[in-house]
Amino acid sequence: MRIGVVTFPGSLDDVDAARAVRLAGGEAVSLWHADDQLYGVDAIILPGGFSYGDYLRCGAIARFAPVMESVMAAAAAGAPVLGICNGFQVLCEAHLLPGALTRNQHLHFRARDQRLQVETNRTAWTMGYTPGQEIVIPLKSGEGRYVADTATLDELERSGRVVARYVDDNPNGSMRDIAAICNEAGNVVGMMPHPEHAVDPLTGPSTDGLTVFTSVLKHLAGVAA
Amino acid sequence: MSVELEPQGIEWDHLDTVARAAETPHQQQPYEELGLREDEYERIREVLGRRPTESELAMYSIMWSEHCSYKSSKVHLSKFQDLAPSSDRLLAGIGENAGVVKITDELAVTFKVESHNHPSFIEPYQGAATGVGGIVRDILAMGARPVAVMDPLRVGAADHPDTARVLTGVVAGIGGYGNALGLPNIGGEVVFDPCYQGNPLVNALCLGVLPVDRLQNKAATGPGNLVVLMGALTGRDGIGGVSVLASAGFDQEAATQRPSVQVGDPFMEKLLIEACLELYEAGLVVGVQDLGGAGLTCALSETAAAAGTGMEIALERVPLREPSMAPHEILASESQERMLLIVAPEHLEAVLAVAEKWGVPATAIGTVTDTGILRVTWHGHAVAELPPSSLADDGPVYARPIREPADLPLLQADRAETLPRPTTGEQLRETVLRLAASPNLCDRTWITEQFDRYVRGNTVAAMPENAGVIRLDERTRVGVALSVDGNSRYTRLDPYTGAQLALAEAYRNVAVSGAVPVAVTNCLNFGSPEDPHVMWQFAEAVRGLAEGCAQLGIPVTGGNVSFYNATGPVAINPTPIVGVLGVLEDVATRIPMGFSHPGDVIILVGETREELSGSEWAWVTHGHLGGSPPAVDLAAEQRLATLIRAARDLDLLRSAHDLSEGGLAQALVEACLRHGYGATVALPEDAPGGPFGFLFSESAGRALVSVPLGREKAFAAQCEEHQVPWTPLGVVAGADAPLTVTGQFEIDLAELRTAWSSTLPKLFDQLTARPE
Repeated sequence: MRIGVVTFPGSLDDVDAARAVRLAGGEAVSLWHADDQLYGVDAIILPGGFSYGDYLRCGAIARFAPVMESVMAAAAAGAPVLGICNGFQVLCEAHLLPGALTRNQHLHFRARDQRLQVETNRTAWTMGYTPGQEIVIPLKSGEGRYVADTATLDELERSGRVVARYVDDNPNGSMRDIAAICNEAGNVVGMMPHPEHAVDPLTGPSTDGLTVFTSVLKHLAGVAA
Repeated sequence: MSVELEPQGIEWDHLDTVARAAETPHQQQPYEELGLREDEYERIREVLGRRPTESELAMYSIMWSEHCSYKSSKVHLSKFQDLAPSSDRLLAGIGENAGVVKITDELAVTFKVESHNHPSFIEPYQGAATGVGGIVRDILAMGARPVAVMDPLRVGAADHPDTARVLTGVVAGIGGYGNALGLPNIGGEVVFDPCYQGNPLVNALCLGVLPVDRLQNKAATGPGNLVVLMGALTGRDGIGGVSVLASAGFDQEAATQRPSVQVGDPFMEKLLIEACLELYEAGLVVGVQDLGGAGLTCALSETAAAAGTGMEIALERVPLREPSMAPHEILASESQERMLLIVAPEHLEAVLAVAEKWGVPATAIGTVTDTGILRVTWHGHAVAELPPSSLADDGPVYARPIREPADLPLLQADRAETLPRPTTGEQLRETVLRLAASPNLCDRTWITEQFDRYVRGNTVAAMPENAGVIRLDERTRVGVALSVDGNSRYTRLDPYTGAQLALAEAYRNVAVSGAVPVAVTNCLNFGSPEDPHVMWQFAEAVRGLAEGCAQLGIPVTGGNVSFYNATGPVAINPTPIVGVLGVLEDVATRIPMGFSHPGDVIILVGETREELSGSEWAWVTHGHLGGSPPAVDLAAEQRLATLIRAARDLDLLRSAHDLSEGGLAQALVEACLRHGYGATVALPEDAPGGPFGFLFSESAGRALVSVPLGREKAFAAQCEEHQVPWTPLGVVAGADAPLTVTGQFEIDLAELRTAWSSTLPKLFDQLTARPE
């Protein structure tokens, strides 16, 4: 399976996302922001970083990169799309996911090994988890506070689209402790913490993040079968 | 991309050209305002055979500044080379942008630490941010991909209101720049001391990795080759940064010097990194040099001087942020995120295409010549014409007067060993808690939480581990360990020994991580070189460091000197920061610092003497600084290092943690809290200084290890074989069990954790610093 990882100018965790795909058994394909095509990849990851410096709203410029038109078309056609951290911000800016990520409530950049509860496995990227499973993966962001209006939040809860929540201690003031959400079809997931940094016991706090990448491979295998 | 701008508002009549300088030899020039002495000005006239133009005067004043020319330190720094132990690992050393150390036949690393002290006091966020940016470009200029940063920091008293301004801004700046560049922050230090109240120290270290055959150099060889400026537009920021800010005393007027602080753009730097690496990979550049202090002047003169060539530069081709800039301003600007490339003409198109791909402006601004003269023109008029080596290599060199401070014998006579000390178990307990909560020993999470430690996925260890550990190769798992250390109280009491103690601690931190120490970098932060007492401290510290490195067999590969760290006439405590790099053949074999298995046997290795002078205990409980610092025994440090590696190779070690400030007590606290396991230990009955001395002495050359139960005899045999004294202390207790010192006291782990971890949030969480 070929998983594309988009590099925008200012993307930082693209090499890490590609490594996680490889460790999960997939083939990582590097995609360039200025390309308008996806070279036939089966799924797409928008990685963490500071695309275009994030000097405007985070993700607000990346959302207009030529590659994003193809990403949006692929998402509409049901291809799995994962936005991690800055990638989540891009997905919100592109209206592939509702709500927005804003400055952490305490105003500091915060990096820590974060405990999460996976709420649903009915997405392409979390099907390998069991609902309610607790995992630890790194969080590292300055603008990770998920916000949306009450109606949107209620709708996300009602339709089971809250993918993961922070447990123990909300690290950034996210509404309803939301760490990750998905679209209605469950193929597009945005996640503030970084599963790609929890794939190797040597370099991560756990290997809990690897399941995100094996999940999508399993999902794609199921679709193909 | 090239930006052609029509010259606007140039008053041609006022342009000071070479021709005009020759015609008007007696014109008054503001050399003193630019920081040049009269005899230095006379020397410039001699070199040129006429008076300098306005541009030339600006160029000499910055290149002959203390910061760029090392004019006061050079005569001492030569010791690093004179005494350097031979090393077949060193691919580039002192004098290059950064030292390069071979790790395997294919891979090398480069690392260096630099200061950005004065800018960080004036404008903490931008000062610290551009400090990171500057050292990263040094590493990039060697051909390496920057892969990690570290940050040794010194700020004023923790409870002083201005410390909150400085520290929160500096930490936010380091994070704001480093996080956005995608560089993991793997360690550093923060020390609070009133001596830094008006002059904090912000040192930044960067580590880079490169294939051995991709090593770049700065020489502008090959007449006919093109000189290309790549990166951010040139603006008026940072003019006089090195001469005004870094090379002179520092006073209450500092706020007016804000325009001399550069402003960082980490996004541009990230693009610059990727563009440079792509150019190196394609073999498209002949030479490369970063633009930092002294900007274009430094880069042009150093690249030409290194090759013995000349250059013809058309200054109006430099893309400007502010079109009204005069030639001398363009030459002196310290705008960030710029690199100078030397490119063969046939490769120019390819170079510009790579720059374009990454969205980085790049412009050919001149050519390399065989004249040996750096000639700079501005719309066709020569504004500078000089031998580049006169700027880069032949600056003034001073053997400044040296005098031992008169107060030193008195200071050394006032020993901390004579201070009243706790005696009962309850008093010892209170002292352990008080020290654990003290600003210099407490939990650093409030700071390190603001830094990304994970990006690039090769961080095997970061703060609070003994050393940062970075994997260089995913297949072979070869990697490096890095630690930076320095204790300015020790150095104040005895600069020679203090510098060696800094070296010993960094060496030990790397060694107890399981790595083989191979190379050293340093950042020497001192007061004014014009003060003979400061110069004595400097000379002694350099001598101590050079002789120490020679004895340990690890060369100094480069570094940085920062003088004029003083508030009014009062200098900071002399603060040599030493970084040691070690090699780990397999990063999976690195040794963690914390207790992790109940029942493991806790052993102290190394010899404890009653050494309390300069200690954290004396400072925290008595506000005392006096006596002589702990003794240094570098041979013992080497034996300890060898023991640790041998024991690791035999699977005898579960953890190892170095002992330093706060002594055994603090090492126990940290080893327990790391993974939340208690410990039950007993102190030897014949301990020098009694239970108190054993707990709080800061004797060097020691480590606290935990050994799997049943392996302690094998470990003892290793200690015997390597001639390292060992003292069994007790066992690791269960999860959340208390820290018990039998017959003395017991501390509940939760109470200990609260004491240790609440200090910094309590001091600084009310305040936040953001870039404006």
